[in-house]
Amino acid sequence: MFPCKDKNEIAEAASFAGQAGEESLKLAPEVSTGESAAKARPPSEAPLLEAKGIVKYFGAITALRDVNFRLYRGEVLGVVGDNGAGKSTLMKILSGLYAPSQGEIIFDGRPVQFASPKDARRIGIEMVYQDFALAGNLPIFENIYLGREPGRRIFGLNIVDLAKARSMAAEHLERLKIHVKSVEQPVEELSGGQRQAVAIARSTAFDARLVIMDEPTAALAVKEVGKVLDLIRGLKDHGVSVILISHRMDDIFYVCDRVMALYHGANFAEAPLSETNRNEVIGWIMGTRGHQSGLAHDRVHG
Amino acid sequence: MKRPELARYLERYGIIVVVLAMMLVLTILKPDVFLSVTNLTNIVKQNASAALLALGMFVVILTAGIDLSVGSVMALAMVSLAVANRSGYPWEIIVLIGPLVGIAAGLVNGIGLTWLRLPHPFIMTLGTLNIARGLTNLVSNGAPVSGLKPEVRYVGQKNYDLGIFAPPAGIPASFFLVAICAIALWFFLNRTSTGRHIYAIGGNPQAARVSGIDVDRVLILVYVICGFFAGLAGLLLAGRTDSGFPNAGIGAELDAIAAVIIGGASFFGGRGTVLGVLAGVLIIGLLRNGLNLLNVSVFWQQILIGVVIVLAVFIDVLRRRAAVRT
Repeated sequence: MFPCKDKNEIAEAASFAGQAGEESLKLAPEVSTGESAAKARPPSEAPLLEAKGIVKYFGAITALRDVNFRLYRGEVLGVVGDNGAGKSTLMKILSGLYAPSQGEIIFDGRPVQFASPKDARRIGIEMVYQDFALAGNLPIFENIYLGREPGRRIFGLNIVDLAKARSMAAEHLERLKIHVKSVEQPVEELSGGQRQAVAIARSTAFDARLVIMDEPTAALAVKEVGKVLDLIRGLKDHGVSVILISHRMDDIFYVCDRVMALYHGANFAEAPLSETNRNEVIGWIMGTRGHQSGLAHDRVHG
Repeated sequence: MKRPELARYLERYGIIVVVLAMMLVLTILKPDVFLSVTNLTNIVKQNASAALLALGMFVVILTAGIDLSVGSVMALAMVSLAVANRSGYPWEIIVLIGPLVGIAAGLVNGIGLTWLRLPHPFIMTLGTLNIARGLTNLVSNGAPVSGLKPEVRYVGQKNYDLGIFAPPAGIPASFFLVAICAIALWFFLNRTSTGRHIYAIGGNPQAARVSGIDVDRVLILVYVICGFFAGLAGLLLAGRTDSGFPNAGIGAELDAIAAVIIGGASFFGGRGTVLGVLAGVLIIGLLRNGLNLLNVSVFWQQILIGVVIVLAVFIDVLRRRAAVRT
């Protein structure tokens, strides 16, 4: 009952703010295709990734009703939404963990279908998890190449070239400006931020073109969040596209180019970051559109 | 920098110091008996099949699993090859029967665990412990089958005198078999992708899965390796005792687990070394041998082994509490 009531209140507050005309009320951002971002770019540029009409059922439950979006090269797209809005389901579809019930994913101009995360990785889609998904007992360099160890095949066994893996890992970390004592250090000896840095290094070790990050800062100490966000900016500078799921508006507004909101398994709103603000995005998460102030969030924190 | 280096060094090789210390104490207490060639040969021979069981168990424990069936599988391998021997098959086939029985049992364990989605390997292998023991009694009619061809007995019984020992003393063939197995396993675990994946699964199965590792396939392989070693242990024990007896290896799975844990492997997976496992086997073996030489009762031996297990794990807990930042 309460969320509903809150929503009405917020909607009223929003319309009131609009009538008062203290700030010019913006148009509701486009739903469904990301045309606003397309407008900001040369029309010739094709998106790296396009999702068309993605629907996902789990038995009788509809997790995604109709999701459409585009992602451009070197773009950081923030995805927001309340718990259960379908963010994680969408990301699991993009990373090959789930197959969509309906809809199409076009990557680099070609429709793609993934049987497993391996297929997604093969074309350069990587995932970074909130809980890092690293093996704590293994050293940093082994985590970076886990599942893709350099080496040569003999009798069906891949003999790992440890020296090569070590030097490749050290070079790669250097390139990303991640500083560790030694690539031999077991991951369990690292802090949360360092672990997430290793996870990001792993995701980009093999020509990643799109890195999907599911709440990458949620498990970090406050002072370590900045480092991880700077790493995300670094990826963008290397031409890697990033989809960032986050509840933290600070994260979204620090690194993203564009933000997209899901609500009840469908597109709700989206806008380039320069054309929106925190309160509006928070409103989207709760399912309200186009208001600028007067949110509960402000009353609590402001 | 200095202290963690030292800690890592101790973690890796401290266990060897323990073995050497035990040998030193036994040498001082029983100088003319302990270091005699006969006694040392005996220690190696008596512990060779236990070492193979422990090596197999180690691979399983690395994945945070357990295989309770190894003792029964070893017995099944033993009586199967003994019965085949009695039926007059050529030795080339008989020596293969042991490892093949083990591989088959490992496949059943692995497939049961992954395809049937049983909640814990304890349950699946508790089942095969009973199944294999029952089959052992069925195959042998519950009675020992003795008298094996010399070629079948070879690895379990042969001593190489190398021209320096007075026959029948010498370095046992089983010593070389265990050494070859240990080196091969070390190489597999530390130098191949699949071996590293085994460690990764023990460390964090979810991380292994999202890294594209086929965890189920690796787990099946792990139980097959464990079964293979149990079958090979059956061949050794059959050779040494010149028979297949259906009560062989009762409780041997617990000794194997004890050796792995004393050797410093973590029961929760992802940690441990082949060298440590061999040291664990030797510590149990030397303890038994030493207490026998000192005429200490078998009952005390068991109590002491229990104490050593608890101590070894406690030291491990202390070490990890000091090392791991949380």
